[in-house]
Amino acid sequence: MTDQTQQAEQVRRSLKQRYRKERRFRAYGILAIALALSALAVLFVDIIGKGYTGLMKTTITLEVTLDPDVMYLDDPTDPKQVRMADFVAPLIVAADKALPGATEEDQDALRRLINPYASTELREALKKNPQWMGTTRTMTFLAHSNVDVYVKHQGDTAYSIKLTEQQQAWVDDLVERGLVDTSFNDVFFTNGDSRDPAKAGILGAVVGSLLTMIITLVLSFPIGVAAAIYLEEFAPKNRVTDFIEVNINNLAAVPSIIFGLLGLAVFINLFGLPRSVPFVGGVVLTLMTLPTIIISSRAAIKSVPPSIREAAQGVGASKMQVVLHHVLPLAMPGMMTGSIIGMAQALGETAPLLLIGMVAFIVEPPTGFFDAATVLPVQVFLWSSSPELAFIERASAAIMVLLAFLMSMNGLAIWMRRRLERRW
Amino acid sequence: MQPANLLLLTIVLAVVAYGLGYARSRALAMPLGGIRHLKSLPGYYGVRAAVWCGLPALIILALWAMFEGKVIQMIVIGSLPPDAVPDSAGRASLMMSEIANVANGSLPPAMVDGPVAQSADLFKALQFQSKMYMTGLVISVALLAGFVGWIRISPRLNARRQVEAVLRGFFFFCAGVAILTTAGIVFSVVFETIRFFDRVPFLEFFFGTSWSPQVALRADQVGAEGAFGMIPLFTGTLLISAIALLVAVPIGLLSAIYLSEYANKHVRSTAKPIMEMLAGIPTVVYGFFAALTVAPFIADVASSIGLEASSQSALAAGLVMGVMIIPFVSSLSDDVINAVPQTMRDGSLALGATQSETMKKVIFPAALPGIMGGILLAASRAIGETMIVVMAAGLAANLTANPLETVTTVTVQIVTLLTGDQEFDSAKTLAAFALGAMLFIVTLLLNVLALKIVRKYREQYD
Repeated sequence: MTDQTQQAEQVRRSLKQRYRKERRFRAYGILAIALALSALAVLFVDIIGKGYTGLMKTTITLEVTLDPDVMYLDDPTDPKQVRMADFVAPLIVAADKALPGATEEDQDALRRLINPYASTELREALKKNPQWMGTTRTMTFLAHSNVDVYVKHQGDTAYSIKLTEQQQAWVDDLVERGLVDTSFNDVFFTNGDSRDPAKAGILGAVVGSLLTMIITLVLSFPIGVAAAIYLEEFAPKNRVTDFIEVNINNLAAVPSIIFGLLGLAVFINLFGLPRSVPFVGGVVLTLMTLPTIIISSRAAIKSVPPSIREAAQGVGASKMQVVLHHVLPLAMPGMMTGSIIGMAQALGETAPLLLIGMVAFIVEPPTGFFDAATVLPVQVFLWSSSPELAFIERASAAIMVLLAFLMSMNGLAIWMRRRLERRW
Repeated sequence: MQPANLLLLTIVLAVVAYGLGYARSRALAMPLGGIRHLKSLPGYYGVRAAVWCGLPALIILALWAMFEGKVIQMIVIGSLPPDAVPDSAGRASLMMSEIANVANGSLPPAMVDGPVAQSADLFKALQFQSKMYMTGLVISVALLAGFVGWIRISPRLNARRQVEAVLRGFFFFCAGVAILTTAGIVFSVVFETIRFFDRVPFLEFFFGTSWSPQVALRADQVGAEGAFGMIPLFTGTLLISAIALLVAVPIGLLSAIYLSEYANKHVRSTAKPIMEMLAGIPTVVYGFFAALTVAPFIADVASSIGLEASSQSALAAGLVMGVMIIPFVSSLSDDVINAVPQTMRDGSLALGATQSETMKKVIFPAALPGIMGGILLAASRAIGETMIVVMAAGLAANLTANPLETVTTVTVQIVTLLTGDQEFDSAKTLAAFALGAMLFIVTLLLNVLALKIVRKYREQYD
């Protein structure tokens, strides 16, 4: 009797400690989740904080006088003369006019407020509108990338301001008068890569990604679905089938860079396909995503109940007709969901594409599957290895675009899973 | 004709063959009293004719396009005078691109050596001939085979069975792509690795402690040999992976336990997908984050407490990689924890154990093999991860265990050795393939081991 009460007493006394342990264990769990979620939050905040300025451009508005004497140009319809004419001088004159304090010696400093490509823009504008010759027009140009950095990141110690004090004073003055302004960076979405951060954009990379994804989708979806059908519906139980299954499972876990080695050795060196092209990139990514698509397609086929197959067979359909007419349509939503997830994976993939040379500096967007191209994640990689912080903010902005694509793809997959997939 | 146009033409021909086959089967069925006297539906006869017309032609086209370049190169190189024959594969491909540039007019013939200019003419002629033969062969095969397929249509022919057999063959081929891919990987790394070991001794590669693959451009340069000892790369990879696992395993495991045992349905259904988002973020984004935010932060913190940290510390790469693999660990452990039978839980709770005691003393030991399998999979993931380390870890091959120093990894070296233009034949590029072979073997072993453990464990409770 006393033994039992003693034991009960012991248990009761230890209870407090045990409950404390219980609470502590629970707190560890919450802490772990909080850590994981906060890592995600920090990542997003960091990227957006670094990148939102990349979505803005700095422009400078000038009253440009297209003076024939300054430009050494009499006849704007003569292409030869236009080619030889000086389009920088009128810009400097205009800047000089906008900043009354500037003198003759400041020409160079003035020129460095305006983007080097502004003269080309002016030339193109004049080619289109020769009647502008001799008139004064209010035109808006991109500012020099140093001005861009100064306007956006004044006071941020991470950025080195490359403007002289006088230039800073000028820019402050222009900002006050509304002549230097920041607005939405449309250049970022309509240009290819450039050595000048103010002119650099993601269009080339987005088109490259699109072309690569088209190849990947066109190859991986039919092959993946066909392989899944074979393995689920037709494959006999034998060594060959086992071997295929082992291969698929292993390929799913092979590091992506190995697929890059495969692409380099087989497609480029053995078959002699060109480097850096979306076609090879798409094929390599196809091989990489196939296991994902096959595995999810098999799951989708498995989820079609056998009663459907039996009913079809009962009314005389052949095995192939059962599969093509009944199982495949019913499994299609699940297969498409899996494929979208696989495509999202492929869209974010970088390492294998580095090895097949899709790291080129591409200014013009590629126009075909055999044009040298780069893709969005590789563009991020290229820009983030640049020492210039102006490129870093563009890398962040490109990441935001990439994540937006990925999230909408994953969102689409989730929506499809909810809306189209049937539960039996 | 260009291969792409030829492909289109073949497809058009196949569609025409479908129409003709369909029409012929109907026409043959007419006098017999309608299509019910045919063995198969008219559509199947159409598809059969289309297959006859298109399939052989497409196979020829694909093979031709694949090997055309190589064959032409062999003929052109073979035609060179003996003293101009390139001595290595790298030279040969360089020379071929020169020849191709002369042939398509982007390089004036005067700029190159005499034999190159001559073979440019040969190259051009061969290319033209090849295109001609390919066009002729593909079109005639398509027409001939299509005609044979069409003429052999008869009411007693079971077209459906034949079409289904072809389709089944196609399905099998698609499943076989997995085998071809594996074979391709093995093929691509094995040959180059063997060639690598011809130049660099086996022992030096596996047991050498210095890695500096800078092979000199000129033979008389200092340090022309280069050193290919993979020990520092291996330890660097292990160091970063170990840091990653130290982050990912506790966080992943504890969050999996909390989500599967404690959290209510609402928390579970919100927290889980958000955690899975970590797995969906491209690795280049993690690399960016590691290189530009975490690494400077660590360097700052370290210097403020009086330690010296490199701006490309192993710690930064490891920490971020750890965050990346949290979802792998957590979803794999979630699976195995849920696979532990409910009866074991109930039994332990009924004896008066608290939930955490049940977890620690009953479920965890029962799930341990499965969790170990998950950790091995995560480890193989960490070892093969490329972008984070390429961006955040350095290139210097230091043999160190200090996480604040710069280390380099196998994947970083593969990328550095193979990006940019270099000869394809030097020990440098071959070394990349040798490293790739090691990486492939190690991750393969880890995966096989992990799958084995997980499978064995599942059988226990099924």
